[in-house]
Amino acid sequence: MIPLSWYMTLAVILFCIGVCGFLTRRNVIVMFLSIELMLNGVNLNLVALSHFLDSVRGQAFTFFIITVAAAEAAIGLGIAIALYRSRRSVHVDTINHLKG
Amino acid sequence: MFPQFFFGYCALMIVASGLLAISLRNPVHCVLMVLVLFFHMAGLYLTLNAEFLAAVQIIVYAGAILVLYLFVLFLVSLREELHLTAFVPNAWLGRIIATGLAVGLIATIPAFTLGEKGVWTVDAIRQVTHTKALGQELFATYLLPFEIAGLILLVALIGGLVLARRDQGGGESDSASGGTAGDAGPEPVADCREVGR
Repeated sequence: MIPLSWYMTLAVILFCIGVCGFLTRRNVIVMFLSIELMLNGVNLNLVALSHFLDSVRGQAFTFFIITVAAAEAAIGLGIAIALYRSRRSVHVDTINHLKG
Repeated sequence: MFPQFFFGYCALMIVASGLLAISLRNPVHCVLMVLVLFFHMAGLYLTLNAEFLAAVQIIVYAGAILVLYLFVLFLVSLREELHLTAFVPNAWLGRIIATGLAVGLIATIPAFTLGEKGVWTVDAIRQVTHTKALGQELFATYLLPFEIAGLILLVALIGGLVLARRDQGGGESDSASGGTAGDAGPEPVADCREVGR
């Protein structure tokens, strides 16, 4: 039997890989992918806990997280396309219109 | 013994492909690495007796969300990627923050104690298959969150349509104000509309 702490450690590592990617990468799409990695770390934690607690609750929440992740991907990538279209090459320090 | 080996293999592949996904230069390779990662996450879900979630992970995450990412990557030309300023000034600062977070979180894991157990033991789930157990929980206990999730999907659908829509008449002034977009031809706009459908 695999102990719970293994799963939690792996989830922490996966989450922190996502944090690292989100902080260091500058490509918008890779940043979205890093968010997916973080969500997957949380999902793994929820599923592991729901298994070890004899409950389906965590898995139900995992469903909702997958839903929110899909919505986030759709909206975020839609914004990315809209940005790319409004200025053909959206480059490094140019997305600062909201900074005034 | 076999479950530990399987967990070790999946964990190794997850960490390796996760690290590759955030460090490779080509975004398409990043997406493919995340695909590998999702498959091994599904394997881990199998070791946790969550077969239905493993299937959902592969179908929805690997099959739908990552394909959406790939579509957008191929729409946005790879030469001129979408870039933001990074949140931290130095890449090493970001890595140090992430490592510190990992160490801090792992250090707190031994202090974790399980709460009280629920009713869905492995045997109980095995009697009424996993899908049915999950469905009962989802559609009875969590009916309201389920409806809200449906609403969120609707918002995402409408939002995606609105964002990917071609502006009637406003498109030229937008691209002109972009500065570098002197030759914004109609092709990318038409492509974007394809995604909106």
